Amino acid sequence: MQKYDDGGWNPYLAGALVGVLAIVSVGLTGQFLGASTTFVRAAGAIEQLVGSDRVETNPYYQRVQPRFDWQAMVLVGVLIGAAIAAWQDRSFKSEKVPPMWEERFGSPVLKRGAVAFVGGIFAMFGARLADGCPSGHGLSGLMQLSVSGFVSLMFFFGGGLLVANLLYRKEA
Amino acid sequence: MNMLYGLITGVVFGFLLQKGRVLRYEKQLGALRLMDMTIIKFMMSAILVGMVGIYLLHDLVNPDLLSLKSTILGANIIGGILFGIGWGLFGLCPGTAIGALGEGRWHAAFGIAGMLVGAMLYATLHPWMTETVLTWGDFGKITLPGLLGINHWIVIVVFIAAVLGLFRWLEKIDL
Repeated sequence: MQKYDDGGWNPYLAGALVGVLAIVSVGLTGQFLGASTTFVRAAGAIEQLVGSDRVETNPYYQRVQPRFDWQAMVLVGVLIGAAIAAWQDRSFKSEKVPPMWEERFGSPVLKRGAVAFVGGIFAMFGARLADGCPSGHGLSGLMQLSVSGFVSLMFFFGGGLLVANLLYRKEA
Repeated sequence: MNMLYGLITGVVFGFLLQKGRVLRYEKQLGALRLMDMTIIKFMMSAILVGMVGIYLLHDLVNPDLLSLKSTILGANIIGGILFGIGWGLFGLCPGTAIGALGEGRWHAAFGIAGMLVGAMLYATLHPWMTETVLTWGDFGKITLPGLLGINHWIVIVVFIAAVLGLFRWLEKIDL
């Protein structure tokens, strides 16, 4: 079985260090890791940019206002940190289509792009309805033993397992 | 100052996500196709360590430390399934999609664009959700030990033992 590996760290070690990072962050700033709220703030900012006045009237945008906050800084950092790590061990790779996808569905970028785009819509809609993503509900939720984290993570995987196995099912 | 901490936290987070190789479509679909459990090992290791540290901080330093999300079964379950469907199609989650761009996986941009549209769509439907799904099975901010009525350290020890058992099994079957 092809595992597409190119070095990297032991996942147990890298993961455990993320645990340490989460403790330090909570200890210093009281902030728990998360990611999906920033997409709402960014979406609101884009709507404002194109001249929509919906942000002023929509109750959800009023609650999650378009501003650049701690979590947005984390995501900027993630981009930078991933680039540093990839540059450091030369695993940076300019990739237009994921290899596993290409093996099964071919190399057209638009085909992959269309499915990823639709997937992104579902994923963010679901994350906002569930009030968290694998970072907020998964990492931060489970660390706090939150029931919402356990329930959400279970259904994240449930939905994902279903779709991934339908997508890659063997031809009859 | 908090903004600077955010940036540093993010840089370290992104660095570790990349070193753990969890920013790849192959790793995420590998887990969903039950072929490669790297992301499970990564995520569960982070949770085990974080759980112990956060509850130590909670007990010894600041009892108001926790920042729990409400358990609303309708929203957690329906939202969870919708997220899962999208995750299976896109192959990255919100945080890892940003990191994937950082290591040159440009295809993540399509999913990121989709996620922004998904956020707009949710903002549109949120008022309706507050009257329906967001009222189904609302238990408020509850934790597993609170629900079971036992000390959190009992739950933590059992959870750690269960996850270590899972790790051992995953290594044994070579996933």
